[in-house]
Amino acid sequence: MMNTVVMEQRKKIHPHKFTLWVGIAGILMMFAGLTSAFIVKRNQADWKPFVLPLTFWYSTAAIVLSSLTLFLAGRAYKAREMMRYRGLMTATIILGVLFILLQVVAFMQLYAIGEKLQSSVSISFLYVIVLLHGAHVIGGIIALIVLYAKAFNLKTKIYNSVPVEVTSTYWHFVDVLWIYLLLFLVMIN
Amino acid sequence: MSSVATLHGADVHTGHDDAHHGHHHETFISKYVFSQDHKMIAKQFLVTGIIWAIIGGMFSVIFRLQLGYPDATFPILEDFFGHWAKGGRIEPEFYYALVTMHGTILVFFVLTAGLSGTFANFLIPLQVGARDMASPMLNMLSYWFFFTASIVMFSSLFVQTGPASGGWTIYPPLSALGDASSGSKIGMDLWLVSMALFIVSSLLGGLNYISTILNLRTKGMSMTRLPLTVWSLFFTAVLGVLSFPVLLSGAILLLFDRNMGTSFFLSDIVINGKILPNEGGSAILFQHLFWFLGHPEVYIILLPAMGMSSEIISVNSRKPIFGYMAMVGSLFAIAILAFLVWAHHMFVTGLNPFLGSVFVLLTLLIAVPSAIKVFNWLTTLWRGSIRFTPGMLFAIGFVSLFISGGLTGIFLGNSGLDLHLHDTYFVIAHFHIVMGVASFFGMFAGVYHWYPKMFGRYLNNTMAYIHFWVTIIGAYLIFWPMHYEGLAGMPRRYYDYSNWQSFKQFGGLNEFISFVAMIVFATQLLFVFNFFYSMFKGRKVTSSNPWGANTLEWTTPINPGHGNWPGEIPEVYRGAYDYAKDGREFTPQNTPLGENESGDHH
Repeated sequence: MMNTVVMEQRKKIHPHKFTLWVGIAGILMMFAGLTSAFIVKRNQADWKPFVLPLTFWYSTAAIVLSSLTLFLAGRAYKAREMMRYRGLMTATIILGVLFILLQVVAFMQLYAIGEKLQSSVSISFLYVIVLLHGAHVIGGIIALIVLYAKAFNLKTKIYNSVPVEVTSTYWHFVDVLWIYLLLFLVMIN
Repeated sequence: MSSVATLHGADVHTGHDDAHHGHHHETFISKYVFSQDHKMIAKQFLVTGIIWAIIGGMFSVIFRLQLGYPDATFPILEDFFGHWAKGGRIEPEFYYALVTMHGTILVFFVLTAGLSGTFANFLIPLQVGARDMASPMLNMLSYWFFFTASIVMFSSLFVQTGPASGGWTIYPPLSALGDASSGSKIGMDLWLVSMALFIVSSLLGGLNYISTILNLRTKGMSMTRLPLTVWSLFFTAVLGVLSFPVLLSGAILLLFDRNMGTSFFLSDIVINGKILPNEGGSAILFQHLFWFLGHPEVYIILLPAMGMSSEIISVNSRKPIFGYMAMVGSLFAIAILAFLVWAHHMFVTGLNPFLGSVFVLLTLLIAVPSAIKVFNWLTTLWRGSIRFTPGMLFAIGFVSLFISGGLTGIFLGNSGLDLHLHDTYFVIAHFHIVMGVASFFGMFAGVYHWYPKMFGRYLNNTMAYIHFWVTIIGAYLIFWPMHYEGLAGMPRRYYDYSNWQSFKQFGGLNEFISFVAMIVFATQLLFVFNFFYSMFKGRKVTSSNPWGANTLEWTTPINPGHGNWPGEIPEVYRGAYDYAKDGREFTPQNTPLGENESGDHH
């Protein structure tokens, strides 16, 4: 490629990985803003608590499992066991999509019992927080699919593990972020 | 792991004269439009920022016409603005649109993107000794997100109901309800979309600046050898990355309130005699989310100006910066405090007085690092061999404005005094001097100082001196009187003050302010002319280090290509401020230590 100016500086951590961590700090601030707003509203007089559908716990199981398969996929990649890597990546993507589908199902259940987006401020917060987290998961799924497609490119001879590592760090992050959000919604509500 | 970084040493083309015989791979599009060279991206940010500054400045001249000459008519306004200025007098709705867009454009598009976008891109890789940013691709995207945000914001000026007009702080419920004002209709939607794009741009930029500074420093460039420009741009980027996402979450909640019928910020509202169903929201909540960004934002604007002024003052005093570590420490302190003072914008919202007193204390604490910085700038100047280059004049002007504007911050930071001063012209005077004009001075200082590096030519000095003197005298003449108006209780954001007996006395003063504002604006156009004229006709730079500066950008060829250094990246042996040391006027950072020389001492 033209303009590939590659740096010969000494580095302790790959710049792309570091950039991701800084980006994660930014995303965290966004959810910190939302959850702080939630706490502020929670302490006002007219707060109406909600009941979380059980489906959210199933989706949690799906995303935790996907983190595990992705972790194993990363190990397989480093061991250059491409068949196992592809299989585990397939599992990860399926679990990721399952997570999104379960979130949608949970919303439909809420909707069915009359908890609409506009019903109360507390339920609006639930919708917005879960929606924004879902958007970040979808971003992760897209990154996984790009990686997945690369795994089938037979011309690839260089085993550069940075993209795999960057993507899995991000994926584990949205996983942990979801667990935090779920516990937050259960406990503060 | 990734320890093997491929080096395209031969690919990085050398610093020959650019435009005509550039690298043969480069097309016009890849060199000037979708460039991944940080220096070109910096110039793109700068030129876009200049265009925005002209528009935003123009708006202030138009609404100053209304404030200075409330009874006069200017038929030419009707020719330009049609029904917004019927009979040559701008309509009240249009007045609000103008002040809103003036604030939005100058705060975000000029002094955030135009200032740190330009100089972080230009200076970070050059001064830390890197070939480019950590991710040139993200860097390019950062500019094009900014460009798209600009297009959306610009197009909002032309919609039928006008651009957003609820103030640059877009407080709900005014901004949340389309029926509340004409500017709250499609103009507000475009504002939010544009700002969302802008936030993405600023985050992509910030990620890159941080990881470039922390990961891509050349050999020997320890953090304590970094020029203060880089330190200030680093803290600026940290502030941006941590505070803009919070604004984004506020903006998203606002979007839901506007379009999806939620009630995050709305409760018990009657509009056009109709009671809205929204219940349970709190408009104050938005202010918390907004100012959690909003206050760091003023330091995002100010810190780059501080860093550049430090560098320029030291270079042109031919003296080391006084108290390098204290300068870094005070930047750090300001960055921390920036996150802990947001509620001082909200003293009159019914904030708990105890909470208010905590915010007073934290706000006044900012005086400590600020005073350290001022002391160090003055002691750097003290007994220096000062060269009054245009860049130096603007840097000194920055210090002057920072002092004048900072002092009034002590008044406003006291919640008791703020009860009286809140939303008066005193506030306008305060933040225009300390944040607006001061940061502009930092930006001008940077442009005059690094123009030779950017374009290989000098700006015209005569025009530069006229620009400086008219601007500094004009800035004080415009904003100094506003303190008196504010102390007398004259509120901001009013369309016409002549209806009030108590403010009638300021009629002449307002006319004077408007008159000076027009002169100062015209002088900025002189700068713009100088900027573009000198790009093609300016005196050529003949030596690679025209200011005799120590930092690494001056070790590159006069017109550096992509990759910055034709050969190896220079190694660094010393800090950036070895001026007047060991009998030498200046000692660049890549000069190895002499035999009897001790290492770093700050």
